[in-house]
Amino acid sequence: MRGVAELEAVIGLEIHVQLATRTKMFCGCELSFGDEPNVHTCPVCLAHPGVLPVVNEEAIRSALKIAAALECEVAPRSIFHRKNYFYPDSPKAYQISQYDIPIAGAGRLGEVRIHRAHLEEDAAKMIHVGESGRIHGSGASLVDFNRGGTPLVEIVTEPDLRSAAEAASWARLLRETVRQLGVSDVSMEEGSLRVDGNISVRPAGSEQLGTKTELKNMNSFRFLERGIEAELARQREIVESGGRVEQETLHYHPEDGSLHPLRSKEEAHDYRYFPEPDLVAIAPTEAMLREARESLPELPAHRQARYEAELGLAADVAALLAADPETAAYFERASGGAEGVEPRVVANWVTGELAAALRQGGGEATAVESKVTPEALAELVKLVAEKKISHGSGKTVLAALVADGGDPAAIVEREGLAQISDSGELESIVAAAIEANPEAADQIRSGNGKAIGAIVGAVMKQTQGRADGGEVNRLIKEKLAGG
Amino acid sequence: MSDLLALTALQAHEAMVAGDLGAGEYADAWRAAAASDELNAYLWRDEGGDAGALAVERPSIAPVAVKDIFCTEGVPTTAGSRILEGYRPPYTATAVRRLLEAGAPILGKTNMDEFAMGSSNENSAYGPVLNPWDPGRVPGGSSGGSAAVVAGGLAPWALGTDTGGSIRQPASLCGIVGLKPTYGAISRYGMIAFASSLDQCGPLTRDVSDAALLLGILQGRDPCDSTSVGLPDAPRLPDREDLAGLRFAVPADLAREAIEPGVREVFEATLARIEALGGEVAEVALPHAEHGISAYYVIAPAEASSNLARYDGVRYGMRADSSGDTIEMYEATRAQGFGAEVKRRIMLGTYALSSGYYDAYYGQAQKVRTKIAADFEAAFAEFDFVVTPTSPSVAFGLGEKTDDPLAMYLNDFFTVPMSLAGIPAISIPAGLAEPAGGGPELPVGFQIAAPAFGEQKLLDAAYALEQAIGFDAAPSGAPYPPVPGKRATGTGGEGGG
Repeated sequence: MRGVAELEAVIGLEIHVQLATRTKMFCGCELSFGDEPNVHTCPVCLAHPGVLPVVNEEAIRSALKIAAALECEVAPRSIFHRKNYFYPDSPKAYQISQYDIPIAGAGRLGEVRIHRAHLEEDAAKMIHVGESGRIHGSGASLVDFNRGGTPLVEIVTEPDLRSAAEAASWARLLRETVRQLGVSDVSMEEGSLRVDGNISVRPAGSEQLGTKTELKNMNSFRFLERGIEAELARQREIVESGGRVEQETLHYHPEDGSLHPLRSKEEAHDYRYFPEPDLVAIAPTEAMLREARESLPELPAHRQARYEAELGLAADVAALLAADPETAAYFERASGGAEGVEPRVVANWVTGELAAALRQGGGEATAVESKVTPEALAELVKLVAEKKISHGSGKTVLAALVADGGDPAAIVEREGLAQISDSGELESIVAAAIEANPEAADQIRSGNGKAIGAIVGAVMKQTQGRADGGEVNRLIKEKLAGG
Repeated sequence: MSDLLALTALQAHEAMVAGDLGAGEYADAWRAAAASDELNAYLWRDEGGDAGALAVERPSIAPVAVKDIFCTEGVPTTAGSRILEGYRPPYTATAVRRLLEAGAPILGKTNMDEFAMGSSNENSAYGPVLNPWDPGRVPGGSSGGSAAVVAGGLAPWALGTDTGGSIRQPASLCGIVGLKPTYGAISRYGMIAFASSLDQCGPLTRDVSDAALLLGILQGRDPCDSTSVGLPDAPRLPDREDLAGLRFAVPADLAREAIEPGVREVFEATLARIEALGGEVAEVALPHAEHGISAYYVIAPAEASSNLARYDGVRYGMRADSSGDTIEMYEATRAQGFGAEVKRRIMLGTYALSSGYYDAYYGQAQKVRTKIAADFEAAFAEFDFVVTPTSPSVAFGLGEKTDDPLAMYLNDFFTVPMSLAGIPAISIPAGLAEPAGGGPELPVGFQIAAPAFGEQKLLDAAYALEQAIGFDAAPSGAPYPPVPGKRATGTGGEGGG
């Protein structure tokens, strides 16, 4: 029997992004959310006899932006297929979807390779009346065709993720990236972003993939992580007890964290794919490709890479600051305002002290939303860096800024926090502290460096934190060495 | 009254434009004629009341009989199927809209084989159409109603659709002109789909000039149909009088033995006439054309199996009483709503697309299709046209082939290859011939095919040949004069039989 530690998680994601185009994928009906059922319909999206689909050009442009952001290869001619299946959410009894030649091929976002991205149409929304909540055994089923035909881009990753947390964190990066393209609302709650997992386990170090299961219905990042975690645990248990994982599709139930296989009757399909004869190939022009590339804002993954390479930020700090453009802009303004201070130091103030001060302040506000302007933060960081105030006083100023905003220099002035710069005054305070802590002084003399803390503490208490810690340390050592 | 009906659509249009003919009076005459339908050719007729969405503001074009496969807003549209009984579309097909906008009223909706699947019109859920030349015989299909109303004097002209011969073959069996344009010349929007990559709308008319006039109204790119492109130039009325310098190819592998002797004689006589007009006739190899039927009967059913999946009883049309769940309701509706031939093709197509069989059937058929298109391309590098008999036989008896689907499918032997290649082809009446089993003579069609978008050349050549043939026969009681076209010099008369 193998142990848990020997099994490695292998996770790929399939992400459906509902595009926020004005109209549907193949007809002129407006997209809507939350309107009365079946008001955004026409003969085309209700699949009346004789109707034909026409591709929404805006959807192609959106897909090209996503392809550019994910660094995908764009197919010179991609085509649509029909995916045939009978279900009331599909009025044509087939979904028009890209199959063997998707608009976008191999790409990458962060550390994860993209397998492909393709265009398709969303199904209508079914509401099953009755206890089961499923079509089988329900008293009646209602169909709302408002959603039917909404443009979707389905993004499929390679199985490059190795833990549930990694999967959730990468999915967040993808959502931020797509959000910043302005092509989708990317709301998991409203279903405009839907993430399914392809999950398997294998002995660590193995190159072969295990049998995967498909995990659906995780409508938040938290549930995504929990759902994958639960499925990994289930698979590990099966494999460890000598069993085999069955290939199947599972539904995650967020209420109790349980996993339920979808009934095979609903899933056992032969989709009879064939090329959609009602549409011609999508052949993006060079101008369309250029427009998509040039429209890209700086995206989180790139920004993070730039922060690491050019500003010397640690990876985790860079990731935090780069995720959304507002936080990034805040950081960059603060850093730009703090001349002579390393960006790394400003970054630590934003993600460390400021975040902590905001938490302690009890509010929900982020740095961007807080009363602390990036200019004020820059000023504060400069005061500390130039040793005009101590680090401890800096935190005091920051707390005041979080509470009421304002100008750091004025707060320093008002609160009398300016650092003791008269070395004579500081020297006498240090001497008094050594005298008051003879045991600590002895220990320092006999080589126990740690004991210095007690004396530094006494100095800081006496000066109310207005002394420069480094200078205090230096003075203590000088005096004890000399005495 | 019958004088009005004797006019071709072109003549009537010119008279209306010149103010010599009242559009109302003319349309009324046709409504009265249509009301006398004893061929079961109309499924719905305009009775002259409120035309609703089909109203025409200033009629100036002859009224049109429209195959019941075209959606017409507020007017019953069944595609010959029980499953669409009672369906009134919420919109109008582009081809019909173009007619209305041009000033052509809709005279009625014509009977057809269910979902255009058939070559005899016996697959209609609303009963077979009778051939106006002999009510014991079929009019051909699937546009049988449209061919019968034109031949029988129940409409000046008609709209049909052709997937594998459904305009040309009934035109041939009814002794009129039928044109299948290049795939993409006319919008398919609102035309109920049978096999999307093959379906094409086209005119059924008394003569070639009318076909050109109607084509001119119908053709054009439509933003609602991504596969439509229209014709490079608007067609003009044909006026060519000889065939000098034109080369006509007869497929070398033309299965002459499968052709009825009478049909063969008319065909050979027509080739001689081409030469008499200065045209050159030679054989050409179309080595893959003989596989056309096989490829067609994979591709068309495959597409049909998907196109017809939407008829589920949920949103419109017939819904079977079913106490079971949704799936059982689907099954009951489709079991009761579709006829035997439609079910046969859905089964064939579903099988051909199944995983594991796709490559062997659908994939292979598409390869054959490409080869056939390449055969034609090679032929057109040397020749202007490819010619064949339209149908291997004259109109056959009702019920004669209903038990033998393969014999029925072979009706399309000469028309299917052009459909697969997407090229234009016209059938014109070339003479009369005695049926194989004996009996009164019946019309024989002559098919001319041209390169894609070669409609103008095709119409010009067909016109010259039509004038030379001077086909002068008509079913008894038909109101129109024997010699078509006002510019006919009117010799002919031997009928080629």
